Amino acid sequence: MTDVIRLTAAELGRKIAARELTAVAVTQAFLDQIARNDDAVHAFLYVDAEGALAQAAAVDARLDAGETMGPLAGVPLALKDLFTQAGLPTTAGSRMLQGWRPPYSATVTQRLIDAGIVILGKTNLDEFAMGSSTENSAFGPTHNPWDLARIPGGSGGGSSASLAAFEAPLAMGTDTGGSIRQPASVTGTVGVKPTYGGTSRFGVIAMASSLDQPGPCARTVLDAALLHEVIAGHDPLDSTSIDAPVPPVVEAARSGDVSGMKIGVVTELGGEGYAPGVEQRFGEALDLLRAAGAEIVEVSCPHFSYALGAYYLIMPSEVSSNLARYDGMRYGLRAGDDGSRGTEEVMALTREEGFGAEVKRRIILGTYALSSGYYDAYYGSAQKVRRLIADDFDAAFAQVDVLVSPSTPTTAFRIGERIDDPLAMYKSDLCTIPSNMAGNASGSFPAGLAPEDGLPVGFQVMAPPLADDRVYRVGAALERAVAERDGGVLTDQIAARWVPQAQEA
Amino acid sequence: MAELMDYDEVLARFDPTLGLEVHVELNTATKMFCACDNSPGGEPNTKVCPVCLGLPGSLPVVNGRAVESAIRIGLALGCSIAPWSRFARKNYFYPDMTKDFQTSQYDEPICFDGHVDLLVDGQTYGIEIERVHMEEDAGKLTHAGASGRIQDADYSLVDYNRAGTPLMEIVTKPIGGLGAHTPDVGRAYLAHLRDLMVALGVSDARMEAGNLRCDVNISLAPKGATELGKRTETKNVNSLRAVEDALRYEIRRQGALLSAGGSVTQETRHWNEQGWTSPGRSKEQAEDYRYFPEPDLVPVAPSAAWIEELRATLPEPPAQRRARLQTQWGFTDLEMRDVVGTSGSLDLIDATVGAGASASSARKWWLGELARRANETDAELADLPITPAQVARVQALVDAGTLTDKLARSVFEGVLAGEGDPDAVVASRGLAVVSDDGALGEAVDAVIAAQPDVADKIRAGKVQAAGALIGAVMKAMRGQADAARVRELILERLA
Repeated sequence: MTDVIRLTAAELGRKIAARELTAVAVTQAFLDQIARNDDAVHAFLYVDAEGALAQAAAVDARLDAGETMGPLAGVPLALKDLFTQAGLPTTAGSRMLQGWRPPYSATVTQRLIDAGIVILGKTNLDEFAMGSSTENSAFGPTHNPWDLARIPGGSGGGSSASLAAFEAPLAMGTDTGGSIRQPASVTGTVGVKPTYGGTSRFGVIAMASSLDQPGPCARTVLDAALLHEVIAGHDPLDSTSIDAPVPPVVEAARSGDVSGMKIGVVTELGGEGYAPGVEQRFGEALDLLRAAGAEIVEVSCPHFSYALGAYYLIMPSEVSSNLARYDGMRYGLRAGDDGSRGTEEVMALTREEGFGAEVKRRIILGTYALSSGYYDAYYGSAQKVRRLIADDFDAAFAQVDVLVSPSTPTTAFRIGERIDDPLAMYKSDLCTIPSNMAGNASGSFPAGLAPEDGLPVGFQVMAPPLADDRVYRVGAALERAVAERDGGVLTDQIAARWVPQAQEA
Repeated sequence: MAELMDYDEVLARFDPTLGLEVHVELNTATKMFCACDNSPGGEPNTKVCPVCLGLPGSLPVVNGRAVESAIRIGLALGCSIAPWSRFARKNYFYPDMTKDFQTSQYDEPICFDGHVDLLVDGQTYGIEIERVHMEEDAGKLTHAGASGRIQDADYSLVDYNRAGTPLMEIVTKPIGGLGAHTPDVGRAYLAHLRDLMVALGVSDARMEAGNLRCDVNISLAPKGATELGKRTETKNVNSLRAVEDALRYEIRRQGALLSAGGSVTQETRHWNEQGWTSPGRSKEQAEDYRYFPEPDLVPVAPSAAWIEELRATLPEPPAQRRARLQTQWGFTDLEMRDVVGTSGSLDLIDATVGAGASASSARKWWLGELARRANETDAELADLPITPAQVARVQALVDAGTLTDKLARSVFEGVLAGEGDPDAVVASRGLAVVSDDGALGEAVDAVIAAQPDVADKIRAGKVQAAGALIGAVMKAMRGQADAARVRELILERLA
């Protein structure tokens, strides 16, 4: 059955619906692949084999009974361990929540289950989604399937690595400053951050509420779009959820027609600090899109240079408040409660012991930024910059249909390389942060391998709010052109390494 | 207890400035940000869900009914309604808070700049309302241990049933110029809010149940000074009388401090039911709440049309209603002042009139017999176990001649003692006036026979002498006769 795990989600769904494959067999194939490889990759924090097989069996029963289900019914998925799933361990990559089992499921989790998507388990991430490498996970880093000595990106490194290692055909991520797109970029996979409010945050453990957005991860553009369609749409439980029709993402992914489209290259997102291989593959991608009929122009977004600084005021401010509830009083870790200490001391010890260094750094930054007397200078100014970034986007989208840039300045760096240099780590998100600040749609698509290190390069496409379909349209055009040039989608190039050859069909 | 100064002496030297913050628990069916049951009580931690427990990943959604109540309260207090307002997070750690921040409104409240006129002892006082804002309540802590305080508790229990209950905070601007009337006006303001909440139907407004909680701010400044003095904020002053007492106490305490050359510490204080305040947390150590706009909620932006729709649902403003009723009832200013001055009596008289009694009889019972009985038990008129309909029924029996006023008082006694409806009390106590002319006639004949000299005077035209005979008949009937009818019978026989 190892040939099965190379299939796309769309193909799997079609074969399951046609009863050429059973959901149980497909699920078992991925569970086997996880058992075979995940000791090396460490994409999963928890594998729910029993639950996944039960879900798959239920889908098979419904299909056998003649029921018509959605295009992804019976297709397995790896769920970032930031989404609650009733009864299953949900840690957010933190010791603080070790052993906690939520009594309820996130809206996204529920929509996946309702669509017949089989949840294989929970994937690794930087603690509370704070990081660009998964090295901040309390449970050890995830390794990049392209080079196990390298990071798979973060915070959603577990989800993207599970895709690149063929341990799952679909995965869920969340993106606050690039946590879907940067991992997709460095693992040669597809990741899309929908328009803010396009997917529900209910049941997604919050990092920074005004920036967080759940989104799809896959190996192909169509698979991501099919998943996007399942999870998107208004949720009355999330006040920031948009009550509007889901953009036609699947149609756009199938079409990939960019003829006549105007594509703007952001001047500020390139140049110094960008790896030569990244710039080269980015330039080639522009050529491929031009060849496909798009017009390429250069656009300046002058305030993007301030995005990183403003982000590191707004995000930690919200973090400092969102993470206050982890005080050891109600659930999760409680430290120092030996009868000799008062409430405040137990709260403090719990937070000292339960949180890692990066989480503490951001809580302290945010607490400071919101303090009386500093609020206007820090949080207040950052909000103004945020407005200016949104204005830059508005002005740019008045001229072009989409904006593009590299997804991240470099390819995957080595584990340990940036962990002691927060600023270098933060720069991984230089290109992705502007879209979070403005709340628009943005995705990362494979552009090829960097010649100097043979590692994947990501191409970012940004579109106006609720124009998520444009992201998919351009992503699909690029995917098609790269596949033509390279003989397949990027992950095909490491399939041989992770999928046993002898058993291939 | 602190040193106190004579109240009048303080007021001879200082001007008090008052400020009141009142929290009102709304009686909406569900909580402020989730669909949990908002009714009070219940087994601990049974009216909870991921949202009001602040579980990881949960998100709030604003209760539309609570917003509606906030707007109606604001309109009834003469406030402007913000076309756009936001929630904020007030960050601090405490175990009764499930998120370790309270979702509240901060610098962008939904209602602002209101005005209320209060009538106290015939004088009108204008109270300026600074703001009305929405927030959520916290859970309830119970500390096991000698002191009942968290610091040295053996352990503490927390019940989150109340966590997320919608609260409105109504804040006045500083109110000066009240002089010696400061405590009365403070009390009258709270009574006004309580009556208003009931009239609006937005809160049960039972102070003893904590539906209405009052924080009292007071400061003194030397007479003629332009700057306000340092203020104290006395928390949880939860009855009308306590507001008056706490204000009087703080005025006397601060007066003593200032007169002795000392200064008032700006602090929060606790009200002790024994009648004094004690220091709480000092404001110098006040926490930095790090307010910022709540990113999980969208702004509250009520349309002008909706606001007007809600304005149409408002009950009549109290002052306007008083004027209308006075005209309708034909009361003199003096009579009306007695009514307004007796808490709850306006509504009770109105309801009694609605149940068929005349205004004057309703006033007579509620401000007379019933007020006397309420005073005896130190109860509010409205808390007496008798309804306006029952009072109206008693009056109807009087009008029909079945009861005399004296018998009616006995019926009230029976109803208040829980003996049942007026008719049941009349029956069980055998209180009905004897209207059987046969029995009455016999009594009249017997009295005439017993007092022939009086009878002769009446026959001779001295009608006023009938009083003696009437009294004797009433005595013989043990009061259960209609004196007017007795008079008629006597005059008939001696004509």
